[in-house]
Amino acid sequence: MALVIEVLPARRSQRPDFFKPVAVFLVVVLAILVVLPLFWLAVTSLTGKNGELSFENFTALFTDPTLRKPFVLAVSMSAGVGILSCLLATPLAWLVARTDLPGRTLVRALVTASFVTPPFLGAIAWEILAAPNSGLINEFCRFLFGLDPYDAVVDIYTMEGLIFVISCYTFPYVFTLVANALDRIPADLEEASAILGAGTFTTLRRVTIPLVLPAMLAGSLIAVLQALTMFGAPAILALPAGFHVITTKIWSLFQYPPRLGLAAAAALPLLAVTVILLRAQRWILGRRTYTVIGGKSGEPRIMKLGAWRWPALGFVGFILGLTVILPYAALLRTALSRHLSEPFVWSNITLHNFHFVLFELSATKLALQNTLVLGFSAATICTALALATAYFVSRRAVPGSKILGLLATAPVAIPGIVLGVALFLSYGRPPFMFYGTLWILLIGFVTIELPGGYQQLSAAMQGIDAGLEEAGRILGATRLTVLRQITAPLLRTSIIAAWCFVFIGTIRELSATILLTTANTKLVSVIIYDLNESGDLGAISVLGIVLMAISFAVVLIANRLPLLGRRATPQ
Amino acid sequence: MSHLSRREIIGHGSVVGATLLLGGGAGVAQTAAPPVATPELVEAARREGTVVFYTSTDVQVAEALASAFQTKYPGVKVQVERSGAERVFQRISQEYGSNIHAADVIETSDAVNFLLFKRQGWLAAGLPGDVVKLWPAHARDPDGQFAVFRAHLSVMGYNTKLVKKDDAPKSLVDLLQPKWRGRIVKAHPGYSGTIMTATYAIAQALGWDYFEKLGKQRVLQVQSSTEPPKKLAQGERPIMADGNEYNIFSLMEAGEPVAPIYASEGTPLVPGNAAIFKEAPHKNAALLFYDFIFSLPAQQLICDVGGLRSFHPEVKEKSTRTPLKDIKLLLADPVAIEKEAESIKQKYEADFGT
Repeated sequence: MALVIEVLPARRSQRPDFFKPVAVFLVVVLAILVVLPLFWLAVTSLTGKNGELSFENFTALFTDPTLRKPFVLAVSMSAGVGILSCLLATPLAWLVARTDLPGRTLVRALVTASFVTPPFLGAIAWEILAAPNSGLINEFCRFLFGLDPYDAVVDIYTMEGLIFVISCYTFPYVFTLVANALDRIPADLEEASAILGAGTFTTLRRVTIPLVLPAMLAGSLIAVLQALTMFGAPAILALPAGFHVITTKIWSLFQYPPRLGLAAAAALPLLAVTVILLRAQRWILGRRTYTVIGGKSGEPRIMKLGAWRWPALGFVGFILGLTVILPYAALLRTALSRHLSEPFVWSNITLHNFHFVLFELSATKLALQNTLVLGFSAATICTALALATAYFVSRRAVPGSKILGLLATAPVAIPGIVLGVALFLSYGRPPFMFYGTLWILLIGFVTIELPGGYQQLSAAMQGIDAGLEEAGRILGATRLTVLRQITAPLLRTSIIAAWCFVFIGTIRELSATILLTTANTKLVSVIIYDLNESGDLGAISVLGIVLMAISFAVVLIANRLPLLGRRATPQ
Repeated sequence: MSHLSRREIIGHGSVVGATLLLGGGAGVAQTAAPPVATPELVEAARREGTVVFYTSTDVQVAEALASAFQTKYPGVKVQVERSGAERVFQRISQEYGSNIHAADVIETSDAVNFLLFKRQGWLAAGLPGDVVKLWPAHARDPDGQFAVFRAHLSVMGYNTKLVKKDDAPKSLVDLLQPKWRGRIVKAHPGYSGTIMTATYAIAQALGWDYFEKLGKQRVLQVQSSTEPPKKLAQGERPIMADGNEYNIFSLMEAGEPVAPIYASEGTPLVPGNAAIFKEAPHKNAALLFYDFIFSLPAQQLICDVGGLRSFHPEVKEKSTRTPLKDIKLLLADPVAIEKEAESIKQKYEADFGT
């Protein structure tokens, strides 16, 4: 049974000349974005205390147990996140994409809400919910079961708690990729299996799952990398629990007196792990290429759940309740409460927090404006770069286009917090004096989000059979016409998705941001983090709710825009 | 204060208390001419329009101070940049390292930072008239580059709903009792200048041994010294090992169930300096604001709203608060802290995990 269609290397064809200058331009831009910070990182890691060439940072890295331990903890945490995200997301994606589950649109919307939520905000919400003593869940359970005052049912200040919270905000990556893959698998493959006598389960196991396995792995890999390089949620949950992960440890190395060289050196094991993970993914997937949008495909098969719809709904409700509904309910309650420790009754309800954030806190307006300006420009620039790169790489449009792919993927290995330092080192000195302006943040966001955008668009590009484009060429269309009339419409959904990914990514970003903002370039994420350090939960909740309302609106509008949002059904 | 040796400071301990309360100790006028809020200065400040205030004071207090200033001088906006003392320091260092001069006035609870700023030559000389006239000599830089804008205590505390007054710990050493295991919240010396000062002072008084034992008590580790009182109010932990007295005050006044504990071994006093940058982008607005924050109304405001302790002799303390003279104080010399900071951070991480 030919489940997988082997694609021959792209056939050579006559190329117009303008591809070369565009490719050269891309190489230069990507090289500046990626290589310059890495260069300064390497230089800094090899610089001793007195500015001389030295390996002392690397020696410290391998001999200092306070550096080794956070690294081990970070790796196990990320592995946990990868597994949990996959376990949460895959059944959910299958239910949404392949069954007649009621309210599927709502489920997708709520998963998007979870994706839009910055993990640090989620972590704060979960503190409100599941702190061992004051957590609302624990208080409720104590009330329900008559437990002792200090008995805790859940404790968020633990490794398990941290893994759970991060997974709540990384599982949408797996969900989106798996759901998209399921959407794309043509029914004929599964029907063929059914016709040949395989039962539902066998078809699922032998046809559907193998086809979405790449998406599952790719999604989990993103989740792992996100967790490994995440700063906000660990800073909020791991530090109170009394342990460091590698990112919080690196951050603490910037505290007075700063040890930049050691911080730069400590980033290198992260780089190594990332490279190993990417290798592993390729090894697992083998050299097969999956082409699932071909010229002739049917609608995906929808399974009738029947009596199973109730347990299925329960499962979906449980997951979304934990990841979206409860955290936002907690934030809303906190935003409206006078005293957090008091019951949520009328006398305890106040709009003071809203008043404080919107009218008294002088930084709010500027920060909202900065956040939006950066979100829009980073998303647009990043999507354009990723799209061009993905096109060149997947269609091998120019010789050596592979380098482009490598450059676009490389930043994935740089933790945001390290990139923050690297960018500071690169753009805090002549000839590029960008520190203290929004430009350095823009460069940072584009660099950080490029791998994600590129991965998505290159996956989408690979999913489109080159035969469709070649058919256009054979019928006499120029390369540009083919691009405009065949490739672009097929990619429309992916492009919008990538744009939204990047936009949300910039709103979620905290690790590089925290080192790069100054008085006039403050972002909402940084204000939230500052407020958290001083424990102003009410104000945080208000800001979080405002931020979410805005970003959700942006994502909705992007998907509805008549020009962009038309559902690109494969024709 | 920075130029006194540790012994001298300890010797001044009782004087500090008395000064704060009675307002004695008029200083010797030896600094540059004090800036005065002349109509010309106000007009010049208004033309600049903004003053950028980097501060580590609690955000609600800082914003209240800003709006009081804006009410008094309409047309001059205060841009409050609030962060933990070490983050403020980190940012200033990064910015000045990159030749960015965004800040006008700086105020943090880490006295060590001001030694560094002064050494780098970043600060402008010149103290407001009130400070020169009224502040005790140890509460201002002899060269007039900074002065104590506020002082506060790092206190212990408890949640009055969860712990009865008689059961609450009375001393730092009481925290080591097994019954408080998993019940304590504590801020971090690597993040908070207040806690670095307090940690140094307590280690001097009790030995590091105390922290080694406290580290085994499974404390909830938060970062800023403003956070433990808030965790206390939420009921997340019933006891706090250290944190700002002023946050405890403001929470008490908002009806939250918290109360301070003044440990029998002593309570660390943390001076918070303020200064103007030489390269301040809004020089006139900076002078006006600097003059304002040391004036009686502002000092009374930070005392009333913020629960901070002031060196202004005419500031009236609320009757509900324990007068400073009744509190045994632990003092720390910033010069010594500067030398010890790195080793304190390392020992702390070894014993507390972060």
